Amino acid sequence: MIEARGLRVARGGRVLLAVAELSLAQGAVTGVVGPNGAGKSTLTRVLAGELRPDTGTVRLGELPVAAIPPAELARRRAVLPQSTMLGFPLTAEDVVRLGRTPHAGAASAAEDEAAIAAAMEEAGVIHLASRMMATLSGGEAQRVQLARVLAQLSGPDPATTALFLDEPTSSLDLAHAHAILRAASRRAVQGATVLAVLHDLSLAAAWCDRVLVLEGGTIVADGAPHAVLDEALVSRVWGISVRRLEGGSARDIAFLAA
Amino acid sequence: MTRSALALPARRRLSTSTALAVLALLLALAVIAALATGPVPLSPGRVLAAIAGDAPLRDVAIVQALRLPRTLAAAVIGAVLGVGGAVMQGMFRNPLADPGLLGVSAGGAMGAVATIVLGAALLPEWSRPHAGAAAAFAGALSVTLLVQRLATVEGRVLIGAMLLAGIVFNALAGAVTSAMIFAADDMQLRDILFWTMGSVAGATHAKLVLVAAASLPLLLAAPLLCRALNALILGEREALTLGIPVERVKRLAVVLVALAVGASVAAAGMIAFVGIVAPHLCRLARGADHRFVLPASALVGATLLVAADTAARTVLAPAELPIGLVTSLIGGPFFLALLLRQRLAVDGS
Repeated sequence: MIEARGLRVARGGRVLLAVAELSLAQGAVTGVVGPNGAGKSTLTRVLAGELRPDTGTVRLGELPVAAIPPAELARRRAVLPQSTMLGFPLTAEDVVRLGRTPHAGAASAAEDEAAIAAAMEEAGVIHLASRMMATLSGGEAQRVQLARVLAQLSGPDPATTALFLDEPTSSLDLAHAHAILRAASRRAVQGATVLAVLHDLSLAAAWCDRVLVLEGGTIVADGAPHAVLDEALVSRVWGISVRRLEGGSARDIAFLAA
Repeated sequence: MTRSALALPARRRLSTSTALAVLALLLALAVIAALATGPVPLSPGRVLAAIAGDAPLRDVAIVQALRLPRTLAAAVIGAVLGVGGAVMQGMFRNPLADPGLLGVSAGGAMGAVATIVLGAALLPEWSRPHAGAAAAFAGALSVTLLVQRLATVEGRVLIGAMLLAGIVFNALAGAVTSAMIFAADDMQLRDILFWTMGSVAGATHAKLVLVAAASLPLLLAAPLLCRALNALILGEREALTLGIPVERVKRLAVVLVALAVGASVAAAGMIAFVGIVAPHLCRLARGADHRFVLPASALVGATLLVAADTAARTVLAPAELPIGLVTSLIGGPFFLALLLRQRLAVDGS
C-alpha cells in the first residue's frame, strides 16, 4: 500500500510532477503510461523514495518513506530500472546475490541462499547462473536483474512490499517483456504493491489492473486500461491520431497509427 | 546451487581467506628477499636471525637499521596505493581510475616542489625537511577536496564532472610543478626529482607513523566500503535502491583515500601504476568482489612496491633509480599486456 499526498517536483522553474493525491492498492499492478517527458520516471522515483519531492509525502504502509532507514526501506521496496551497465564483470548469480545487500546482518546465510535460488527459479534464470552478464542477451540480462529485485524483497510479508519497474521492457522482445510482467503480476497476487512504467500500451492493458496516464507531470486519466485508454485520450495525449483494435478480452487491446 | 562469492566460476577453487593467505605469504617472501638483497648479500636464514637480533652485530645493523625501515615503508605505501586504487575504481565503476585522477598525487607533488623552491627563501632552515612532507600532504588533500567540491551539485557528487575536474587540476598542478622546476637550481632539482618520481629511501619512523595513522580511517571503513562498492557495480541508482547511502559513501571514500594516499605522497613522492595494477591483478584472479579485492590489493600493492624498491636500489648499484621510474617501467608494459590479453579473450569468445 502506497499513499502520496501533495507531491510536487520542479527543476529550473519547470514543474516535472504535480500530483495532489494518489493511492496504490496492494495486490494490484498499476501501470504508468504517457509520452516522453510526462514525468513517469520522476513519479516512480518519488514513490520509491529515491527522490525527495519539493513538497508532499509518500507513505509505504503506515510510515513516510523518508522516515524509513535505508536498509529497512530496501528490504521492503525494490526498483527494476530499464537497463543496467555493470562497472565490473559479474556472473548472473553474483548479480542476484547483490539483491541480498540490505539483508546483511538481518537474514541468515541459509535464508539468503534460499531467497537467491527461489528468485532465480521464478525469473527463469537458473540455467544462466554461472554465465558472465556481458555474454547474456538484453532480455536474459533483464530477467537476471528481475531475479535480483525478487531476491531483494524476499523475507518480509509480501503484502508489506512494493515493486517498482521503471520501463523494464523497453529494449526487450515480446517474450521477455511478457515474462517480466508475468513475474511482477505474480508478485502482486502474493500481495505486493506493484507499479510499472510502460511505453507499450498493449502490454499495459494486458498486465495492469489500473493505469495512470501522465501528461506534463499530472495524472490526466486513471482507471482500468480498457476504460481509460480510448482512442480520443491516446490521440490527444500522445499527439498522434490512433485507432484502437480489440481482441477477445478487455485486456486485449492494441493501437495503430491512423 | 553452489555457493559463490561474487567470483568467476572457473576460479572458485580457493576460498577468500586461503587466497589472501597465499598473497600474504608472497608478501613475506618479497620482504625477506628485499632484506637479503643489497651490497652485502645475506641468506634468508641470516635475515631472519638478524630480525630476531640473534646474529652478528653487522647483520643486525644492515637489516634492522638500513633495509628494514625502507622495506616496511615500501610495503605500507604499496598497500595504501593498492587499496586507494581499488576503492577509487569501485567508486568510479571504472578499472582505470586511480587516486592520481583526483589530483592526489599531482597536488602532493606540487605542494612539495613549491616548498623546495620557495622554501629556500621563505622558510627557516630547521623546518625545511618537514615542510616538504607537510606541504605534500596539504597539497594532496586540498586539491582532492577542491575537485570533489567542484563536482558536487545539489549534494550529489557527479562522477563525470569529478573526472573532468581531476584532469583539469592535474594539469594545473603539473604546470605549477613545471614552473617551479624551471625556477629551481641544481641542488633543488635533485630534491624535486625525489617527489616527482618517488622514493622510499628517506623512510623514517616518523614518516611510517604518519602514513599508518593517515591510513587507519580507510582501514576501519573498509568493511562498510566493501558492501557499498559491491552494490555500486550494479550502478548508482541500483546501489541506492539496495539501501546504500551512495552520496555519503562517495564523499567518505574520496576523503579517506585522499588522506591515506596524500600521506603516502608526503612520505615517498609520486609513485605511479601500483594503484592500477594491484587491484587489476586481484580482479583478474578472483573476480570483482570487493571483500577480496580490497584486502588483496593491499597485499599485492605492498608486494609490488617492495619488489620495485629492491630493483630500484640494486639494478644500477651503487646508484639508485627512483622507485616511480621502476613501477612505471615495469607496470606500464605489464598493464598493456593485461589489456591486450583481455581484449584477445573477448574477441576470441
